[in-house]
Amino acid sequence: MRRSFLVIPLTLVGICLSSCSQQLVRVKPYERGNLSRLGMSRDLNPLYTAMTEHAYFSREGSFGGAGVGGGGCGCN
Amino acid sequence: MNNLATSLLFLTCIGVALPATAKVEVGRSIPKLAKLVPGAEIPITSGKIVLIDFWASWCSPCRESFPILNELHQKYGPRGLVIIGISVDEKEADYRRFASKMKAAFPLVHDSAHKAAAAFNPTTMPMSYIVDRKGILRHTHKGFRGAKTRAKYIAEIEALLAKED
Repeated sequence: MRRSFLVIPLTLVGICLSSCSQQLVRVKPYERGNLSRLGMSRDLNPLYTAMTEHAYFSREGSFGGAGVGGGGCGCN
Repeated sequence: MNNLATSLLFLTCIGVALPATAKVEVGRSIPKLAKLVPGAEIPITSGKIVLIDFWASWCSPCRESFPILNELHQKYGPRGLVIIGISVDEKEADYRRFASKMKAAFPLVHDSAHKAAAAFNPTTMPMSYIVDRKGILRHTHKGFRGAKTRAKYIAEIEALLAKED
């Protein structure tokens, strides 16, 4: 009997503190100041990204899938 | 006793999971800004059409929107439009730098605690709210799309002015 009393609240706390609770985990649009900084960018060094993509294109014959139009068929 | 503890815990969980404030919706009155941003110089809005714009120094479209908001302020200010720009910047210095750079002609408020932002809950940056003379929210604008948004602003403000003059 006592166990059931503990299980229910613990489950609820677990739900609230886990990713099920949007209130706790979702970053609101007005809280994205730090995320919008240059240091947070995936493409921090455009030259490095361009060279890497060029290497993939020339050595592996693959192109596209990295924000560039075309799927490698050469038809675009 | 156990029942009481369980009920309290349950209510706490619900309280955490649910949004704390009532939604700001079209057709309903907006919360009072003076209460949300205490200490800020909020202009008198009673009997005026109010455009509330949420912006941030790190938001590029916000930068583009300021010349248009200045234009609206100059054109419709004398006819009863009040524009309030609410910054959601965390740092005071960012807010001040952006404000002085953009030369806003309309009043700006710094909501560093994000109380106003939490109450209005803007889903994009920037986001603006047009409120009629009775304090009822009439239109919302998500983001800023240059001439398209400007045309919408003008049409909505003109309609509200014509309706309530």
